[in-house]
This record gives sequence, structure tokens and C-alpha cells, in this order.
Amino acid sequence: MSVAFFIIALLTLLSAVAAMTLRNLIHCALALAFTFAGLAAAYLQLGAQFVGFVQLLVYVGAVAILIVFAVLLTRGREPATQGIFSPKWPVGAAVALGVFGTLAGLLLSSRVLHHEAAAIAQAPVRQIGEQLMTHYIVPLEVLGVLLTAALIGAVILAMHERESDSPPPSKT
Amino acid sequence: MTPFSQFAIFSAIKIICVFAVTMFIVAYAVWVERKVSAAIQDRHGPNRVGPFGLLQPAADAVKAFLKEDFTPAHVRKVYYWLAPAIVMIPSLLTIAIIPFGSQLGHQKMVIADLNVGVLYTFGIVSLGVYGIVLAGYAANSKYPFLGGIRSSAQLISYEIAMGMSVIPVFLLVGGLNLSQVISYQTGSIFHWLIFKCPLSFIIFLVAMFAETNRLPFDLPESEQELAGGYNVEYSSIKFALFFMGEYAAVTAASAMLVTLFLGGWTLPIAGLDRPAATLGVGILQILIFLAKMLVVEFMVIWIRWMWPRFRYDQLMDLGWRRFIPLALANIVVTALVLCLVVK
Repeated sequence: MSVAFFIIALLTLLSAVAAMTLRNLIHCALALAFTFAGLAAAYLQLGAQFVGFVQLLVYVGAVAILIVFAVLLTRGREPATQGIFSPKWPVGAAVALGVFGTLAGLLLSSRVLHHEAAAIAQAPVRQIGEQLMTHYIVPLEVLGVLLTAALIGAVILAMHERESDSPPPSKT
Repeated sequence: MTPFSQFAIFSAIKIICVFAVTMFIVAYAVWVERKVSAAIQDRHGPNRVGPFGLLQPAADAVKAFLKEDFTPAHVRKVYYWLAPAIVMIPSLLTIAIIPFGSQLGHQKMVIADLNVGVLYTFGIVSLGVYGIVLAGYAANSKYPFLGGIRSSAQLISYEIAMGMSVIPVFLLVGGLNLSQVISYQTGSIFHWLIFKCPLSFIIFLVAMFAETNRLPFDLPESEQELAGGYNVEYSSIKFALFFMGEYAAVTAASAMLVTLFLGGWTLPIAGLDRPAATLGVGILQILIFLAKMLVVEFMVIWIRWMWPRFRYDQLMDLGWRRFIPLALANIVVTALVLCLVVK
């Protein structure tokens, strides 16, 4: 655990907290982008160049910027005035705890923790590709199906909206 | 001297040299742009400061620094300050992984020879959108906001086409490292990837214009509709940073194009496509790289004064409905051919 790791971790956590608690949605979205960038920095610091730059490309460069974009296009300029905690916060907390518990349980019961950390080797891209296409083919395909379903869902939502659009009212 | 401090010193020297050359090219690209536009429009162009107006960039720089740095009262201050810097940074960072020569002595002429090379480039390039979005948002007024939204939509769209256009290149080369890409292109001029993946080259070239906000795709700045776009509220050196950011992006993109498709620092004659053994050849190869890059950059400038601007819907149509399917087909066909031929 180096100093660099602590700085990165601290900044990532702080920006994550900022993303959840700030009132102005634009600030939240930008803080989220910073969190993603912090994660990318953490991957790079661990020597995982491929994952680090993919994280940068996909999350900071695409996902976060689309969120910023959507917020800019749809929201009014004024920040929301109601409190940041919704009245249903216990439900949210329960869901969060559940997810955390599941993940933590799986991690603790898996073999990952019992492995000795392998010497840091730069996994070549070719090797990552081969592993994805052979050993991890089922998760890859499942993810593919999931993303396709999401894509089709988005298209159907957009189509629905266009159909329900009434023709523009005539001026007379 | 320990290897680490040696590495640090040589890296620092390389960074300073590359930065200086890049900024010089950026300054004189503006001069070339004005001279070329003047020649095309039958004018003189800058000709007062120094011989042929050659000192004009220096005069412009002094002016940009000395002008009053005016901050309008209605802007969002933090973002207003951040945006010009964020526009400038990605273009400078991309140059770090481009091999601009083979070697001088035992030093490889590249700042960072990353294994994931091009992935780094696209990761960094995708951050450029933030500068423009933030500028549009920070200005807190209508025209810059519209300009920022437009431009970010454009950048996001063309990033996809650009990223997919180079995948066939890496399928052929078998790795993402840019030095590897260059060594693949040695031997004969027909090993240059422009001849092996012409479709990739065309898509990359067009996407490059869109990504650097140059005409025919300079919608974010379209003067007639938006009075300038995302940079309306900026003045003095902050405005100059947007301006320099554009030319730095053009320089970085030209360097990338030369590396990926035009053989980088190699020439297939007189053994110039092998790593240099002597200092002289090493310097010659750096000059070859610079020459190729400047030719591409000149072409980018030339095109600006020859083409009309695309309409926004035409731009989006071209990106999403022509280039992305084409790039996808290109990947599939290249992969199939490789699979059938190699095995």
C-alpha cells in the first residue's frame, strides 16, 4: 500500500461521496466522472494498463459524459430545493447493504483471496482476448445478450414516444 | 547514475523537446492557416510583423497575454477557469505515446512506449469532450450552451467511428503498441497500412476532422449561427487556449495518422525503415516523421478553405448511419480474411 494508492483512494471516495450528496445534478455528474477517473488511476497503479484505459475510455469518456449530456439537455438551470435524503432512505440503505453483503460474501468465499498475488506481469492484449473467447465465453455471451436487450428496450421506448406524439396543433 | 534517475532525466528531456516542438508547430500552424487562406482568397495575409509576417505568432501570443482577462459576471467561475485547460491537456497527452523517431544512441524516440498504445490515445482523446461541455455550461448563456451541446454530441459520435476504424489495423498488426504498428509497415511502401486498410484510413481521416472540430465539421464554432459557439464568453489568454487546443489537437491527430497509416518515421528506401544505428540517421528519421506530419497538417488546413460546412443533421447522419456500419463491416471482413488466409 503506497502513498499514491492512499491519495487515489481518498480522492475517489471523496468524489463518490460528493456525487451522492451535492444538490446540483451537474456537479454530481462531474464528481461521478472524477470517481471513474480515480478508479482508472487505481487500476493503472496496480499495473493493469488495459483495464485502466478501458475504464477511462468507457466510463469517463462515454458513460459519464452521456450522463452530463443528458442532465444538461433535460434539467432546468436551478438546483433542486428539496433535501438530499428521500423519505424512503431506509429502503435504499437496505438494498445497498444487501448488495454489499452479497459481493463481500462471494469475494470472501472465492479463491481470489487465498491466491498469492502473482508477480505483476503485463498481460498482453492477445492473451486477454483469448481468455475472453475461451475460458470466459459464457459470461461474455450473457453480457452480450443483456446489452442487446437493453439496446432493444431503449429503441422500443423511443419508438413508443414517437407514436404517441400527437400531430402538431394547427394554428387556426 | 542509477537506471531510474537516468530514465527520469532522459524522459524529462524528451518531454521538454516534444512540448517545445509541438507548441512551435501550433504557433506556426496558425500562421500557415492565415497565409493559405489568404492565397486561396487572393489576399496577402499577415505580412507586417517580420519578413512575410513570420513574427505574427509571437505578436499574437504577446497580445493574448496582455489583453484584459475579462470574466463576465454571469459565468460559473470554477468551470469557466477549468474549461480552457481541459481543452488543451488531452491533445498534449496524446503526443506522449507517438514514436517520433527510431532511436538516438540507445534512447528510444518515444516518451512512453505503452503496450496498450492506442487504447491510451482513445481514452485520453475521449476526455477532450469535457473541456467543451464545461465551457458551454460555464458560460451560462444560450449560444455557448448550444455550441457545447452540439460539439459534445459530435465528438461522442465520431469517437465511436474513429475507434472502430482502427481495429482492423490492430487485427493485422497483432498488437496495440504503436512501435509494433510501425515495424509492421517497413519493407515496402505497399506495407503502409493506408494501402492495406484503405477503408480504415478514410474513416479515420474523416473522423479526425470531426474530432478536431475542423471544417467541414466545425459546427460547434459555426460563426453564422452561434456567434462562435462554446468560446463566446472567453477573452484574452483563455480564448487563446481554446484556439491553441484546436491546433494542438490537429497536430496530435496528424501525428497519429502518420503513425498508423503512413509508416511513421520510416521510408522504404536506403534502409531508413530500420532503427537507426548512427546519430545522423536517427535525426534524419525524426525529420522524416516531422515532414510527413506537416504534410498531413497542411492538407487539413488546405481542406478548411476548400469545403463548405456540413449541416448538423447531415453530420450526424454521416457518422451514425454511414461510417459506423462501414467500420463494423470493415472489422468483420478483415477478421474473416485474416482467419481464412492465415489459417
